[in-house]
Amino acid sequence: MRQRGRALATDDNVLSLLQRHGPSAELFSRCVHCGLCTSACPTYTELFDENDSPRGRIYLMRHVQEGRLPWGPQLAKHLDLCLDCRACETACPSGVPYGRIVEPFRTAVHEAFPPQWGKDRWLGWLFLAVFPYRRRLRWLLEPVWLAQRVGLFQLAQKLGFFRLLPGPLREMTSLLPPPPRDEGPLPEHVPALGTRRARVGLFVGCVADALFRHVHWATVRVLQQNGCDVLIPRHQTCCGAIHFHLGDSLGARHLADRNIAAFPIEQLDAIVVNHAGCGAMLKEYPHHWADEFHASRATWSAKVRDVNEFLDQLGLIPPPSPLPVTAVYHDACHLAHAQKIVEAPRRLLRQIPQLRLVDLPESLICCGSAGTYNLLQPQMAKKLAQRKLENIRATGARVVVVSNAGCLLQIMREIRLAHLPILALHPMELLDLSYRRQRPDFIEH
Amino acid sequence: MLAQGALRELAAGFLQRAQFEALARQMCQLKALKELSVLRLFSFSSNRAELKERKRRARIFAEVVGWGNVLWHPAELIVYECDGYTVEKCPPELVVFPTSTEQVVGIVQAANRLGLKLLPRGAGTGLAGGATPRQGEVIVSLTRMNRIHAIDLRNQLAEVEPGVLNTQLACALEGTGYHFAPDPSSQTASTLGGNAATNAGGPHTLKYGVTVNHVRGLEMVTGDGAVLRVGPVHTPGELDLVGVAVGSEGTLGIITRLWLKLTPNPRTFRTFRAVFDTPEAACESISDIIAAGILPAAMELMDRGILHAVEEAFHFGFPPDAGAVVVIELDGFAGAVAREAEIVLQLCQKWGAREILEARSDHERQQLWKCRKLAVAAVGRLSPTYCIQDGVVPRTCLPQIIRDIQEMAERHGVRVVNVAHAGDGNIHPIFLFDERNTGEVQQVLAAGREILERCIALGGSITAEHGVGLEKLHLMEAQFTPTDLQVMRRVRQAFDPAGIFAPGKVVPEGN
Repeated sequence: MRQRGRALATDDNVLSLLQRHGPSAELFSRCVHCGLCTSACPTYTELFDENDSPRGRIYLMRHVQEGRLPWGPQLAKHLDLCLDCRACETACPSGVPYGRIVEPFRTAVHEAFPPQWGKDRWLGWLFLAVFPYRRRLRWLLEPVWLAQRVGLFQLAQKLGFFRLLPGPLREMTSLLPPPPRDEGPLPEHVPALGTRRARVGLFVGCVADALFRHVHWATVRVLQQNGCDVLIPRHQTCCGAIHFHLGDSLGARHLADRNIAAFPIEQLDAIVVNHAGCGAMLKEYPHHWADEFHASRATWSAKVRDVNEFLDQLGLIPPPSPLPVTAVYHDACHLAHAQKIVEAPRRLLRQIPQLRLVDLPESLICCGSAGTYNLLQPQMAKKLAQRKLENIRATGARVVVVSNAGCLLQIMREIRLAHLPILALHPMELLDLSYRRQRPDFIEH
Repeated sequence: MLAQGALRELAAGFLQRAQFEALARQMCQLKALKELSVLRLFSFSSNRAELKERKRRARIFAEVVGWGNVLWHPAELIVYECDGYTVEKCPPELVVFPTSTEQVVGIVQAANRLGLKLLPRGAGTGLAGGATPRQGEVIVSLTRMNRIHAIDLRNQLAEVEPGVLNTQLACALEGTGYHFAPDPSSQTASTLGGNAATNAGGPHTLKYGVTVNHVRGLEMVTGDGAVLRVGPVHTPGELDLVGVAVGSEGTLGIITRLWLKLTPNPRTFRTFRAVFDTPEAACESISDIIAAGILPAAMELMDRGILHAVEEAFHFGFPPDAGAVVVIELDGFAGAVAREAEIVLQLCQKWGAREILEARSDHERQQLWKCRKLAVAAVGRLSPTYCIQDGVVPRTCLPQIIRDIQEMAERHGVRVVNVAHAGDGNIHPIFLFDERNTGEVQQVLAAGREILERCIALGGSITAEHGVGLEKLHLMEAQFTPTDLQVMRRVRQAFDPAGIFAPGKVVPEGN
């Protein structure tokens, strides 16, 4: 489905596209081939094949770009298996920006071989024309939620009807959490409580808005408590990450431009994002397209902050009410590796009275969600998810805290399938509970 | 030049196709579609025949390990054409991933039948080309044999498979009060099998010894497919086969299991960093510390050039104008360490240390070691390619060799930065260059050779811990007498009569 390479026919085409739009030679030459990244790579630590290590992939891409190796299905296989989690960037002592190599490379290959969705055309439509538009997605989900509420969905699941569905759709049905409590649409403006400390815009995204609107509500309330005026522009849209990571750079750029136009940037202190994947994409707008709007994208992106990062820098007003529960924090790849935010969410969580935050082993290894990866590479995604769950289970925690929609869906599914009494929550949900002096039923007595 | 030859070979199939492609493209422009398709067919068929033959050989190995554990397509073999030493390259014939000793035996038997050569490989982080094929060997990658079978704390022993990462064992031992002492800088990625095959060192081997001092026993598949098992219990009078096998770089057999000695953690650490104006002064103080009868756990030197890369990577806060920094770690009982620290400080001051700072927390100590251990891999920030040398000189000759390195680098017009496990006289000059510039590559190779010859002249050796690999092959004759080499060849023959393991590596072939 993605960049299926067919050798030969348009090798020259790939080459010329790579030379024009591919990663710059300077980025490749920063890799000194030491191999210290290998042990940080989730796919390498599962397969132990150097073709599936960051060093190996860089080597392959470099060979293709320099015209020494024809693009073909053997290479596509290894590059498709890359999660783009960028754990290798954290591990690399030489600072090779892997994301900035693999992303333009995928885009160039995508241009040379537009994905042949073929009989999976509906999937392409779903990914590129439905998912990124939160209203369309809600229309699609409403009937499913209804089915879930009346038990029809669960019945179909038990009877194995979903097994008849094509692979990716089957994965989607298993990923879908029970219908969220609906707190209604977000208003366009929410005033600060107490003294105003900042004026921020909230980025709501697409899937995140359809499935995790309650997280947005929690985020808004937490920001309010911390003295922030919150603006939620109606005309914002998807960050473009789905398009971009599927190699559709142009589609992503259109969405980026709409977002940039939607926020009154000069009136805002920051654009706050509460999901790591979107945040990383918004922050990287200026790296992705070097056209005449580069400068305006750069000023816009400079104001983007992950909500954890923002509250940590602003100085969190300590949440008052205790939540006596054992929790672990899982590092979302696009927060820890792409945005280098590791300590901020932990510092916030530690301020919740009586919350015991314990260390999660292999916290920096991807859970296998990685955008649409768990739909397109279900086997590897499953392996990584099980490994993650095993690590979570070993800590004995009651709550796993994750700051990204994709990871939340993936981890929630594993927990559901294993029938474990563990909850996956966003850090803002926990903070919100504490601010609102709630005593949810998961707390330990 | 070997590298070029290898490159030529590697790309033969592809280059051929590239030529046809170029032609085809021209034809395309001429709209000569008929000829084009004929050309396509031709280029395909020559490739297909080759692929078919390769796949046929792969099938024989696949019968042993399964298709999921064999790589045979040329596009997938490219990444195995070199290890951390990138100057010479040659793709393997196949890559096989055994998962048990029996499978390794099967692979050796199959190779004997087919007349193919084998080359064991771990994580491919070696810096001398030990895991780089020379003539299209079949790579036996041991990375999928990665189980820790037993950790026996009472007997201070760990039983592991060769693909277990050095850090993986360290993590497993966390909280037990024991550790595995050899800590090569690549430890986060390198395998214990690779550590044993190259007799790896590391900063703390100054006090605790190199890998061979920590291997109590091993299981190895020899050239005729027999399984040799030595230790972990030894009898006085038996030949030290562990000593022979460790450091043999895969020329005697394929290690399939290791029994490793565990070392109790020291009671206390004190870690200092002393800043000097010149590397020579730093070396003198190191020499004096050892002469004073003090054996620190580690004593490491970094010069100004490498400090820049390290500072850029980790922002530790080394002074930007430092000529050299020495990291000294003392460990043991608090009282003894305190007394030693006094003497160390005095000696550093005697040689004009500008400042001496002690790591105040365990976190700071960890950071300092991270800087030192990842220093080499951070040079990508200074240059597109590097080549790290690995030589030993008597400690007292350190200031001399550091001066000589600088002089030789200048003469050859190449840039050089230095790190060193200075405590045991182990130098690691790192040359910075661009592999795409062939002239520069030649200069680097020449300068490297000169430095190692100088090491021999000063009474040292051509390698301390990286191994001989491909890189130092030509210096073996300078280091050893013909008799030495002849005995080594005979030992090798005893283990591998048909010569199927790592042909032409370590000991140059005799006439």
